[in-house]
Amino acid sequence: MNKIHVNTEVNGDDVEFLCDTRETLLDALRDRLNLTGAKEGCGTGDCGACSITLDDRLVCSCLVLGVEAEGKSIGTVEGIANGEDLHPLQQKFIEYAALQCGICTPGILVATEALLKKNPDPTETEVRYWLAGNLCRCTGYDKIIRAVMDTARDLREAS
Amino acid sequence: MALDNQKNREFKVVGTRPDRPDGLDKVTGRAKFGADAYATGMLHAAILRSPHAHAKILSINTQKAEALKGVKAVVTRKDFSTSVTGENWNVLENVMAGDTALYDGHAIAAIAATSSLIARDAIKLIEITYDIIPHVTDVDKAMENGAPIIRANAGDGSVPKGMHPNVVRYHESGHGDLEAGFSSADLVIEDTFKTEATHQGYIEPHACLAQLGGDGKGELWCCTQGHFQVQKVCAALLDIETSALRVTASEIGGGFGGKTAIFIEPVALALSRKTNRPVKLVMSRSEVFRATGPTSSTSMDIKIGMKKDGTITAGSGIFRLQGGAFPGAPMEFTAMCAFAPYNLQNVQQIGYDVLNNRPKQAAYRAPGSPMAAFAVESVIDELCNQLKLDPIEVRLKNASKEGTKASFGPKWDKIGLVECLESAKNHPHYSSPLLEGQGRGISSGFWFNHGGETAVSLALSEDGTAALSVGTPDIGGSRASMCQFAAEELGIPYEKIRTTIADTATLGYNEVSHGSRVTYATGLATIKAARDAVKKLCARAANKWEIDEDAVIWEDGCAKPSGPNAGSFEPMPLAEITKKMGKTGGPIVGHFEATPEGAGVSFATHIVDAEVDQETGKTKIIKYTVIQDAGKAIHPSYVEGQYQGGAAQGIGWALNEEYIYGDDGRLQNSGFLDYRIPVASDLPMIDTVIVEVPNPGHPYGVRGVGETSICPPLAAIANAVSNAAGVRLKELPMSPVRILEALENKA
Amino acid sequence: MEYHKPGSFEEATTIANNNNGIIRFLAGGTDVLVQLRSDILTPDVLIDIKHIEGVKDISYDDDGWHIGIAVSGAEMSEHEQLAKEWPGVVEAMDLIGSTQVQGRATLVGNLCNGSPAADGVPSLISARAQVTVTGPNGTRMVNVEDIPIGPGKTSLSKGELVSALHLPKRTKNQADAYLRFIPRTEMDIAVVGCAVNLEIENDLIINARVSLGAVAPTALLLETAAKKIIGSKLDDRALNQLSQEASKACKPIDDKRGTIRFRTHVAGVLAKRTAKIAYDRARAER
Repeated sequence: MNKIHVNTEVNGDDVEFLCDTRETLLDALRDRLNLTGAKEGCGTGDCGACSITLDDRLVCSCLVLGVEAEGKSIGTVEGIANGEDLHPLQQKFIEYAALQCGICTPGILVATEALLKKNPDPTETEVRYWLAGNLCRCTGYDKIIRAVMDTARDLREAS
Repeated sequence: MALDNQKNREFKVVGTRPDRPDGLDKVTGRAKFGADAYATGMLHAAILRSPHAHAKILSINTQKAEALKGVKAVVTRKDFSTSVTGENWNVLENVMAGDTALYDGHAIAAIAATSSLIARDAIKLIEITYDIIPHVTDVDKAMENGAPIIRANAGDGSVPKGMHPNVVRYHESGHGDLEAGFSSADLVIEDTFKTEATHQGYIEPHACLAQLGGDGKGELWCCTQGHFQVQKVCAALLDIETSALRVTASEIGGGFGGKTAIFIEPVALALSRKTNRPVKLVMSRSEVFRATGPTSSTSMDIKIGMKKDGTITAGSGIFRLQGGAFPGAPMEFTAMCAFAPYNLQNVQQIGYDVLNNRPKQAAYRAPGSPMAAFAVESVIDELCNQLKLDPIEVRLKNASKEGTKASFGPKWDKIGLVECLESAKNHPHYSSPLLEGQGRGISSGFWFNHGGETAVSLALSEDGTAALSVGTPDIGGSRASMCQFAAEELGIPYEKIRTTIADTATLGYNEVSHGSRVTYATGLATIKAARDAVKKLCARAANKWEIDEDAVIWEDGCAKPSGPNAGSFEPMPLAEITKKMGKTGGPIVGHFEATPEGAGVSFATHIVDAEVDQETGKTKIIKYTVIQDAGKAIHPSYVEGQYQGGAAQGIGWALNEEYIYGDDGRLQNSGFLDYRIPVASDLPMIDTVIVEVPNPGHPYGVRGVGETSICPPLAAIANAVSNAAGVRLKELPMSPVRILEALENKA
Repeated sequence: MEYHKPGSFEEATTIANNNNGIIRFLAGGTDVLVQLRSDILTPDVLIDIKHIEGVKDISYDDDGWHIGIAVSGAEMSEHEQLAKEWPGVVEAMDLIGSTQVQGRATLVGNLCNGSPAADGVPSLISARAQVTVTGPNGTRMVNVEDIPIGPGKTSLSKGELVSALHLPKRTKNQADAYLRFIPRTEMDIAVVGCAVNLEIENDLIINARVSLGAVAPTALLLETAAKKIIGSKLDDRALNQLSQEASKACKPIDDKRGTIRFRTHVAGVLAKRTAKIAYDRARAER
């Protein structure tokens, strides 16, 4: 079996792993690096549960091969909090009950953190369209959108 | 257990919105779901599934597959019990085919290998010879003369003579004189409605990690709504003893009823037993759609008669449901829920359970009820439109109330239907202006809710904190509510209680988390267990104070003398008692086991505004309000969440979701691309109103809320579309194609 | 599956030409990986073209725009000038998939995947886009409409790959637009896609190109339909004729996403709506 050796950076840490060419980055993160925060909901880029950032770009890790991570910088849900200090988004999600089963939550947090970095003052419509690729079956999205909008407001007021 | 007689009780914790205890784990990615478990030496499994809707399996040749490097074992039906009967037999036949592939996706064989890529490569090397036979995937066609027989003699004896063998169960209920009722009506509307199968659409595919040794002892980790049921059924299918298998429920990424059924766990266990290694089995999204448990598809005939003043004189419904290749389509629920919101003198409902070459259906939030509501509430709306009556007034006029006879027989206990309708009538949404092209629809909805076997244990720690062990997986935030119940009863802060979903070795049997039963039944059990612990705490204090146990009360988290006559002692806080409990009599644990009766039903009224693009048939949901009776909302945020989630699923079901089978009987849309659930940009904010009419069968008045919220949306949206575009859709989903066709036919 | 990371187009074509079996080029991967995971197609040889010089560049010169084959949809949307001059092309690309998909998907990948419903193709056709094709025998320029030849098939021969995408220079009074019909608001494959590219002079349409997607095995260039609006100010009569011709030109199928009847009707509706948007854009101050 010929696996490929990949050197990459995840949440600021240099890591390496061996993977088959057919393994996705999602497979590698979960099965090789024990970072199980990203989830496989569909494997085909339709649900966003596997969302990560790749060189600061929001992507589905199921649509990236493990070997494509070479030399890149990856951000996962495990890297959003600062040690014990939760990101305001994470805080707000808990407070607003913006999660029920929680399977979509890692993907949505990665996606919304990326949104607020790019656009600190999104409208409700902009938030909804940004998150169109993150499926949630439990909440109907209402409390999620409210949590994101209010966090954006809090962050703007704080700065 | 009856409603507490505590008038003017002011709850301290119940009714507030504390942070949920598993929140931190879930927002950091730490929470472990079904596929997040790993074991040393673990193998990966893959399942070979039939590509044919109906075929005899003539031979299975696994030689080439087994020769692939890394493959460690193959299992087929031979590796399972041959002595199961009844529903266990149905489950086994579905888990792994016997001599016939019964639907596209039916499991035929499974492989365990050293990597999931090898396992997936290996199943392609298994050679199966099929004899393809005719199939049927439509509920009505399956009842016709000449339809392929799915399984002979599968009926339960209740079916009227002369019906096709695919009709396996029958239901009939009602009362009064239909003929007299219809003849006294001023207007009778009769119509037929069809709904296609939908899937619960949970984002987490089924996943498990199994370990089963030759000594018959096993460990199983799986995402499930009911690990005790998994334990029981897997033990039967693997011919091992129930208690020898310990099942731990992982965090669950959605279930909505679909994970009360068993699909892959027995396979993983069988592979583990054969290889003597842990085996991990995770379904792909495509497998989830093809081979887990969607809803039934339905075909329904409704007839309702109404007087000019809005009195409903008679109602009848015939409900045909297919539940896949096995008995169990919830046609009796469809039948019983259909007219539940109406106090009718003359009513009849008939149901048929029909076999199809489709996967074995499973519950999806109030199984059977949404379809019934779609049909009946649409006809009621048509009657209102034609008689020019207000839809809420008509529903109020005919509303089921405490003491009236339900369409399915018993007299109603205290219920909150009228309160929901009144709330809707007075809600600003109902009188807000509509723009051109928009229409408003309302609908009622109903679900029974359920009690079920429940066992909990509440252990106190020496430091005065408490560990609550429950046996019902948390599918909606219930751990928060359980902590609230325990905190309320013990009188200690919410943060000092930790609720764990215990494994099957720790508690007595717990029925699955379904039927909206957890806040009701596990909550009731938690209250009882806490009161049990309190009794024991009081006994310790009584002992210390040397007074009668009866003379000690529990208040604000402390044991206190019941009155000045009992003695003057300082209140003894819980922590003080537990600190010394080892020496004063031993560990203090409260527990409770029972099958509580008295689950309260939940009614709802939904209001929706929709806009139809009449050039394309596309529907946009503009505004949505859910009004539902919760009895007593323990954690209002999570009650609201259930209301919103059910409404969102109903919106998807009404507009876009459906199983699409080709003429070849194969599923054409087994992915989230073409099985279209609502995305964030499809929906508006969903407003909620929590009505509280206490359930007399629960100490705090709790009614389950998880299911009813999916019942009204189908009709509410059909009614809104009818009012927006002047066309009545009787087939779901109301896709743009169907709406455009209806508009073109109207013109 | 072999994985290669060539550093030049020469290397890429050599690998493709010298290997047998199923060969695929990997840009964004948003089609290839889906096909891999769904067991539709497992390449024997996968050639990652993202490490070749210039593939991530968007540039502009006297010949017009040049877009590298690894430029993602997100990068195109973020390019202010490109979005200003070719709003139809950019919005078409932007409609593909989710924000996450946009972070990887490429316009050239969308073209070469050969889906009849590809969102990027109608607007490229209406824009008169061209591609450079590089192969064992050198390079050639090809009109975009000559690349897809059927569902999942392109006119590229063994060893060839698209190495650059070109859009014409833009002047004032020119604008394009793209609309598609999907049942939800996002995340669906187009049931019908329509692109209109207009040039106007004193409010009169002097040039028009109309293209429809998802209504035939490959995207269609509607010459008759375009003629109906040339010389008009897009009055109701012209719009209705455009709509009728668009419907007439469709050759759709019944499938799980739409019926023949539905697609034919909606093609006509979209043609009108898209033309209006392009027209308003062309008239607006530049």
